[in-house]
Amino acid sequence: MTPDYASLPLVDPAGESGLVAVARKRYLLRLLVGRELNARYSGSFLGLLWSYFNPLTQLFIYWFVMGKVMGLGHRTEHFAIHVFVGLIGVHFFNETFNASTRSIVRNKAFVKKMALPLEMFPVSSVVVSLFNSAPAVLILSVVCLFAGWTPDWVGMASFLLAVAIMITVATGFGLIFSVANVLFRDIGQLVGILTNFVRFSVPMMYPFSKIAENFPNHIDTYLANPLANVILLMQRAFWVGTTSDPETVLHEDFPHHLMEHGLIALATGLVILVIGQVVFSQLVNKVPERV
Amino acid sequence: MSSDTVAIKIDNVSKKFTLQYHRTLKQVAVAAAKGHKVRDTFLALDDVSFEVKQGEAIGLMGLNGSGKSTLLKLVQGVMRPDSGTVRTRGRIAGLIATGAGFHPQLSGRENIYLNAAVFGMSEAETRRKLDSIIDFADIGKHIDSEVGHYSSGMGARLGFAIAIHVDSDIFLADEVLAVGDKPFRQKCMAKIDEIRTSGRTLFYVSHSAASVARMCDRVIVLENGRMGFDGEPEAGIKYLHYDDGDDDPGNDESAMGADI
Repeated sequence: MTPDYASLPLVDPAGESGLVAVARKRYLLRLLVGRELNARYSGSFLGLLWSYFNPLTQLFIYWFVMGKVMGLGHRTEHFAIHVFVGLIGVHFFNETFNASTRSIVRNKAFVKKMALPLEMFPVSSVVVSLFNSAPAVLILSVVCLFAGWTPDWVGMASFLLAVAIMITVATGFGLIFSVANVLFRDIGQLVGILTNFVRFSVPMMYPFSKIAENFPNHIDTYLANPLANVILLMQRAFWVGTTSDPETVLHEDFPHHLMEHGLIALATGLVILVIGQVVFSQLVNKVPERV
Repeated sequence: MSSDTVAIKIDNVSKKFTLQYHRTLKQVAVAAAKGHKVRDTFLALDDVSFEVKQGEAIGLMGLNGSGKSTLLKLVQGVMRPDSGTVRTRGRIAGLIATGAGFHPQLSGRENIYLNAAVFGMSEAETRRKLDSIIDFADIGKHIDSEVGHYSSGMGARLGFAIAIHVDSDIFLADEVLAVGDKPFRQKCMAKIDEIRTSGRTLFYVSHSAASVARMCDRVIVLENGRMGFDGEPEAGIKYLHYDDGDDDPGNDESAMGADI
């Protein structure tokens, strides 16, 4: 019993909601994230080591098949690194998109019986994916160092900007699709199809110069996609430093005003985030009865 | 034991549910072509208003489908009303249906932390009360195995153990008590008595006339989502015709409360 009970305010028992409430309940968020991370490798003998094997084998496959078998490596220096950088970003986005879309439905038991801000679930999916991406970024850094990369300030800034864009875009989409998936279960299927496009909408399997060369009039359209900017910024952070002539590469394989484009992409991401929150708040009342 | 401070205030609350008869495109198209209804709504709660004072023990009764669970969920904050307002004062704890939102792949111990966090307990507070919670649940070494493998009784015990360890001002209880074995139910009843006498507000959903008569000092009866009765427990039980015969108040089994 709270002392001084009468002085407490009468409040809505559903409590506050929204991303602000999630930020305030960090302890609960931490428990939910920890739960996901533990569940992922629990019971497996090698545990966390698996999260290193997966990106390493992918790096090898891309280096061998695309570089050696298909011979794509001749025109783009350190092609495997170029692909790997893209892969990390694309993989992060797709994993988050899939996981957050299913997050509320997966936590049915919780949603039906406990009062907590439901934004908690898509947000924890994003945080979990961030943790899952860390090993791949670590491997990338080591590989790049061996390939002659020296970290630079502009590169680091590019990387941080890329991460910020990615978080806003992924969280925004996560909010919209997690709640939509409760109301229309078809959304889960749709997300599977959408993620197929992501891989090819960013400069990963091809350098940006190919777009500039083949679609000179549509560069702005291409760069309107925040994810394309994310990958370009990540290429700037890691891949450029491994090439023999970074100056030329920067001129040929990147759009002019890369940072400005990145900031515009961040603004786009913030807009997506705001829209996501608005849509979520509109639909969330129907969730406990429909999930 | 009740004071003048309002603990729960329900104002003109309505809650509508949508029934969807057909889920797939094909089914919807066929139903529409035949002129059948594709969806329908029903009012689970229809313009319900009442106030609960601090320290009151309310028994919420009614037939199946009368809106008891929905009302409880609104008070707990799991659902929000479509119209009207629900306001509560202080921390709420309790159980809505057995096994209160456990994660099946986590151990009982991990679920304690998670569940307690949802009730607003900090890590330090949970750690301080952990032994006492595990003691009360009394499920032995199962506390470290996955909750998914628990029996329904074990889940209820753990859920109840967590709920009573929250320093709540309003306590919600429903069918939980029907699941446990007799010694555990007696332990729960003693605990609920303790909650009642400590001046906390009790909101109790039950079909058992005997346990409501014993524990509550006011009864609210819902009928098809509407307030049917609000007043003395004995009169409420009479109103529901739960007093004729087969529910023997002397019988210890029925005194523990059945599920809703």
